[in-house]
Amino acid sequence: MAAAEFDIPEIKETIEVPKIHEGVMAHVKSFPAPKPVQDFMGYPHELGEDWKERAIDKMGDLLGKYRSLKVFLDACVHCGACTDKCHYYLGTSDPKNMPVARQDLMRQVYRRYFTTAGKLFPKLVGAKDLTRETLDEWYSYYHQCSECRRCSVFCPYGIDTAEITMAGREILNHVGIGQKYSNEILGKVQKIGNNLGLPGPALEDTLQGLEEDIEMDTGVPVKLPIDVKGVEVLLVTPSADFFSEPHVESLIGYAKVFHAAGISWTLSSHASEAGNFGLFNGNYETMRKVAMRIRDAALELGVKRIVVGECGHAWRVAYSFWNTLTGIGYGADDPFSIELQKQLDHNYPQPQHICELTNDLINQGKIQVDPSANDDMVVTYHDSCNVARASRMGDMPGGQFIIPRDLIKKVVNNFHNMADDTIYESTFCCGGGGGLLTDDLMEVRVKGALPRVTALNTVVQEHGVNFMATICAICKAQFTKVLPKYGFDMSMVGGIHQLVSKAVKLDAPKQAD
Amino acid sequence: MIFAGMFYIATLLLVVGLVYKIFDYSRTPAPLKIPTTPAPTTQKGVVYRMAKEVVLFESLFKSNKWIWVFGWLFHFGMLLVLVRHLRYFVTPVPEWLVFIQPFGKYASIMMVVGLGGLLARRFLVDRVRYISTPSDYLMLVLLLGIGLSGMMTTFVVHTDIVALKEFFMGLMFFDIQPVPEDPIILAHLTMVALLMLIFPISKLLHAPGLFFSPTRNQADNPREHRHVAAWAARLDRNN
Ligand code: HEM
Ligand code: SF4
Ligand code: SF4
Repeated sequence: MAAAEFDIPEIKETIEVPKIHEGVMAHVKSFPAPKPVQDFMGYPHELGEDWKERAIDKMGDLLGKYRSLKVFLDACVHCGACTDKCHYYLGTSDPKNMPVARQDLMRQVYRRYFTTAGKLFPKLVGAKDLTRETLDEWYSYYHQCSECRRCSVFCPYGIDTAEITMAGREILNHVGIGQKYSNEILGKVQKIGNNLGLPGPALEDTLQGLEEDIEMDTGVPVKLPIDVKGVEVLLVTPSADFFSEPHVESLIGYAKVFHAAGISWTLSSHASEAGNFGLFNGNYETMRKVAMRIRDAALELGVKRIVVGECGHAWRVAYSFWNTLTGIGYGADDPFSIELQKQLDHNYPQPQHICELTNDLINQGKIQVDPSANDDMVVTYHDSCNVARASRMGDMPGGQFIIPRDLIKKVVNNFHNMADDTIYESTFCCGGGGGLLTDDLMEVRVKGALPRVTALNTVVQEHGVNFMATICAICKAQFTKVLPKYGFDMSMVGGIHQLVSKAVKLDAPKQAD
Repeated sequence: MIFAGMFYIATLLLVVGLVYKIFDYSRTPAPLKIPTTPAPTTQKGVVYRMAKEVVLFESLFKSNKWIWVFGWLFHFGMLLVLVRHLRYFVTPVPEWLVFIQPFGKYASIMMVVGLGGLLARRFLVDRVRYISTPSDYLMLVLLLGIGLSGMMTTFVVHTDIVALKEFFMGLMFFDIQPVPEDPIILAHLTMVALLMLIFPISKLLHAPGLFFSPTRNQADNPREHRHVAAWAARLDRNN
C-alpha cells in the first residue's frame, strides 16, 4: 500500500495561519498493528462485540487515574487561543488539527457519557455518542498530534492536548486498534533491548567498527565500551545513535568527551535504548516497564552516574519520569528507590543530560575545545519539543534553552537563532515526534514541518546558516527525510555532539580536579 | 416566593456542585510530573505563576492579544461589578464598598464590551466559529443579558434598590420579603439564577479547573523529589 500522493507546501516568507479546510486530512490512517504485535502488548487486535463498553470503561478508568484528563476535558472554554498554535494545523489547514478540535473529538464523548449537561442536552453542549466513525476520527487525528505540548504553553489553563492524545491512543489500543509503528517498537525494545531491534552481538560489532574509524581518523584510541561493570557512568542513548546518520556522529562526540575527560563509562546491551515509546501511547505500565531496563542495568553494572544521550522524548521520560517510575533520582524514602539512590553519586544530577555533562566539563576546564574546527559551519539550533516544554537542564528554569546554546557557542564561532516565536518554549515540532516517524504518515510529517522549515529558511537567507543542530534522534531522522522535500540538503541537520566531536581536543593535558 | 425559592435552589446547587467538583479534582491523582516548562522549581514559584495566570491571564497574553483584551475586560469588569453587588448583602455598607460604587458602575461597561468582543470573535474568526457549540454562544448571550439588564437598572430605569436589598437580606436570614415587581430586575435575577445553576455543570468549571491543572500547578523538581501516585506506588512493591 503506497501512501497517497500529496503536494509539498510552499515556503512563504512568514508562517501564515490558513483558513480552515474541513476534512482535508481525514484520509490519513497510520497502518494498524497486526495480531502478533497487539498480542505481545496484551491488547486485542480487532474490535470485539463489546468495543463500546470497553472504550467507555477505559475512559472512566483513565479519568479516575489522571487529573490532567479530567480537568482538561472540563475546563476548556473554547476561547480559540490555541487554534493557530499547532504546526499540523498550520501545515494542513484541517480544522481538526487545531488543538481544541482535537480535544473535542474526545470531549464530545466525555460530555455525553460522563457529564450531566451532556446527558440531558447533548446538542446544546456539543456532546456526541461514541460511534465507529468517532473511533476512526480518533485514530486518524490522534496520529496527527506529535504530543509536542506547544498548545499547552498558550492555553490559559495549560490544557495539554498531548495528554488527550495519549488517552485517546490508550483507549484505541484497549478496543483493538493499535498503531503498527509504535507498538512494534514497544515490542522490540522489550524483547531485544532497543527500538531498532539490534541484538547485543550486532551492537558490539558496530561499536568496534566505530572505534576503528575514530582511531583511523584521529590517531587516538577512543573506546566505546559496553556492559562493563564498576565504571562511573552508564550512558543511555537512542539506538539510532548506533548506526543512523547523522546520529552516529554525536555518539562519537560523546565517546570523545568521556575519553578527553578521563571518565570511565559504559553502554548497556540490556538498556541499549533511551527512547521510551510508552510515553506516546499513554500507558503508565508500559512506560514503566521500558524504563525499568535502565534501572536494572544501572544496578547490575554498579554505575555511579546515569547520563542520557541526545534524544528529546527520552530526556522527558528520563528527567521528568524516571524518578517516579524507577527511582532514578533523589529524595525517595521507600526501599525500592533507596536501593538505587544510595548507589548513585550525589555530586551530580541524576539522570544527567549529555549536554549538561559536556558543558560542565568545558566550564571546569576538564576538557578543551577549539571552535575554529567548525569554522565552515553557520549554525542554528532547533529546540526539540520535549526538551523545551517538558524538561529542564541545569538548576534554573529555562536551562534547557541556555545550556545547549552555551555549549554550541563554545564549539562553533558562527551561531544565529531562528525567530523568537519559533524557538524556546514556542518552538515548533520537527513534525515527526510522538510516534509519527513512520513512512505511512509522510504527508502529516512533511506538512507539519512547514512552520519550522519556514523559520529555518529565514536564517538560511539572512545569515547563510548551513547547519541546524538539535538534540533529538527523532528530529534528526525526521529532518534528514523531510528537509530534502523542501529543497534543503539532508546533511544540514545533526546533533550538538557532532559539533563537539570536531572541536574537542583529544590530546589535551588533563587538569586535576 | 417563586424568586426566593429559585435563589435557594440555585445557591444550593451551585455550592453542592462546586464542592463536589473540587472534591473530585482533588482526589484524582496526577501520577506524573507534567508542568509545562520552563516552570518554577519551588512551591512558592508555583503560587506566583498561578497568580499571574489568574490576575493577568499570562498565557493568554502570550497567545492572542484580542482574546486577552476582551477576556480581561470582561472578567475584571465582572469582578468589580460583583464586588459592588456586596452592598445588597451587608448592613451597614463599609466605607471601601461605598468608595468603589462608582467604579463598579462603569465596570459594567468593561464587562459588556468584553463580552461583545468575545461574541463577535465567535462569529468572525473562522477557526473560532468552527469550534463553537450552541452553548458557547448562549453562555455569552446570557452574560450579556445579565450585564445589559443590570446596566438598565442603574443607567436607565432606576430600580427600588431599597426593596431589593430587603429581599436579599431576607433571603439570608430566612425571612422572605417580596421581590420588587420590576420586569427588568426580574429578568436580571432570573438570568443570574440560571447562571448559578449551570456553573458547576459547564465550561465555567474553568475557574476551579485552573487551580487543579497539573501543567500549571506542579513544581519542576522531578530529579530532586520522587513523586508517586498511590495507584502507581503499588507497582513498586511487586519488584
Ligand atoms: C479564577 C477565576 C477565573 C479565571 C482565572 C478565568 C479565566 C478565564 C480565561 C483566561 C478565559 C479565556 C479568555 C476569554 O474568553 O475570556 C475565560 C473565559 C470565560 N470565562 Fe472565565 N475565569 C474565571 C472565572 C470566571 C467566572 C466566575 C465566570 C462566570 C460567570 C467566567 C466566565 C467565563 C466565560 C463565559 C468565558 C468564555 C468566554 C468566551 O466564550 O469567549 N469566568 N475565563
Ligand atoms: S500537542 Fe502539539 S501536535 Fe498535539 S495538538 Fe498540541 S500543538 Fe498540535
Ligand atoms: S486555548 Fe485552552 S481553553 Fe482556549 S480553546 Fe484552546 S484548549 Fe480550550
